[in-house]
Amino acid sequence: MPDATFLDSTELVLNMGPQHPSTHGVLRVILKLDGEKVLGTDCVIGYLHRGVEKIAENRTYVQFNPYVDRMDYVAAVSNSLGYCLAVEKLINVEAPPRAQTVRVILTELNRIASHLLWLGTHALDIGALTPVFYCFREREEILKIFENYCGARLTTHAFRIGGLQYELYEGFEQEVKAFCDMFLPKVAEYEELLTNNRIWVKRLQNIGILTAEECKQYGVTGPVLRAAGVRWDLRKAQPYCGYEKYDFLIPTRQNGDTYDRYLVRMEEMRQSVRIIRQAVEGIPDGPAIAKVPKVLKPPMGEAYVSIEAPKGELGYYIVSDGSTQPYRVRVRPPSFVNLQALDRMVRGALIADVVAVIGTLDIVLGEVDR
Amino acid sequence: MIRAFLKRVFLVDLFEGLRVTFRNQKPKYIYTEQYPAQRPKVAERYRGAPRLNLNPETGEPLCIGCNLCALACPESLIVMTSIRDEKTKRKTMNTFLFDTSRCMFCGLCEEACPSDALELTQDFELATYTREGQIWDRKMMEEGPKPTRYKC
Repeated sequence: MPDATFLDSTELVLNMGPQHPSTHGVLRVILKLDGEKVLGTDCVIGYLHRGVEKIAENRTYVQFNPYVDRMDYVAAVSNSLGYCLAVEKLINVEAPPRAQTVRVILTELNRIASHLLWLGTHALDIGALTPVFYCFREREEILKIFENYCGARLTTHAFRIGGLQYELYEGFEQEVKAFCDMFLPKVAEYEELLTNNRIWVKRLQNIGILTAEECKQYGVTGPVLRAAGVRWDLRKAQPYCGYEKYDFLIPTRQNGDTYDRYLVRMEEMRQSVRIIRQAVEGIPDGPAIAKVPKVLKPPMGEAYVSIEAPKGELGYYIVSDGSTQPYRVRVRPPSFVNLQALDRMVRGALIADVVAVIGTLDIVLGEVDR
Repeated sequence: MIRAFLKRVFLVDLFEGLRVTFRNQKPKYIYTEQYPAQRPKVAERYRGAPRLNLNPETGEPLCIGCNLCALACPESLIVMTSIRDEKTKRKTMNTFLFDTSRCMFCGLCEEACPSDALELTQDFELATYTREGQIWDRKMMEEGPKPTRYKC
């Protein structure tokens, strides 16, 4: 215990980030420290606030579609899927089977891309320099498929309300299959690099523990929840886009620490490959987009659709007043909700663990601030 | 027990990781682009710089002045005017302004165009020295950007 009379304080307040307003993740964490020990944290968010929900009220339903890609820009396809499903529910249209299958393939590819970016940067935060290069190498393959399919790599604008705008290009199936064959040994390679590495294990094991009960209290979803032992995945719990047809497992772990969250995400990548393999085998023929009127005027009402994005439950709540523009769009972003648990996870830990815990939560600040 | 102890002492876990590193000494997939010397080949559907297409036979603009692209644009960055041709009694495009600094290349204008006049091309070098240079007029839209080619 430090001498309480010395300078009349025992608590040090330290600002962590942001380094520069245009860096990718602008999060400010105010740490209250006792030496190296964290007594409490306070997150200051809003540096990337663009008012996306307000923008929606001044755009038509079709025009708002490109904006959702810019929230979680690492998993733009998942965002687009969630928004399209919500509007489709509002106008009571279902995408044709061909569109649904292609949607599954692209979102699962995007899940892998998102997890790869997480793995690379998380390992980089901990101090493992090698994985980031390998992860970005494999991610490049996925981005190439996206570029060939819809003409953009990151903010794809891949889906439209009612289905797909673009037909599959020639050689799509072969490219996806080749990626699956190439990718599975690479996951084993990452595991070889990290899983048993003593520095990796010591930095992650028993750090940032969040029990299942606490996860439910905070509303935390996604791999963070599953690492605490709760078998909850919206793809199984409320299947959308025909996910009930595919055979895959929900990976769970018991301890709920940072190391378990790492293992859960690694297994999720393997399961995603499994889903893609099943989906790409039987892409049904038929139209790619359902009949949707040119001027969308959904009937008065509201719709909420949530999907399993790479980071957790991503929900879109849309209220329509019968005009061409939504009355209100509310996004339930996984990163924003998961970030709440940061204080609980790092209280009593060391300052270096804060970096590990922020990494393991897999937040994207574009989505937190919206 | 002893096995685990020996594994710790002889740093087996670290060498396992190093083996992966050495296996990748001659990588098969290399994505480094020698950019100004070699221009990357972007995908066929790439959404880059906008262009107003001309009829290849007559050289006349394909645009029919319907204003649909301006209505489709989420950012309302297209401003166009049209005049009625007295001889043919048809609307023709007069002026066209496209603010590329606000464009997010979503492709909605291209999809709205009924005559394939407006197109997002594979040109991706859009940098200019001035902010005003980002606002493209009709002439710029028809000719396309002319990026500097460096000798490397």
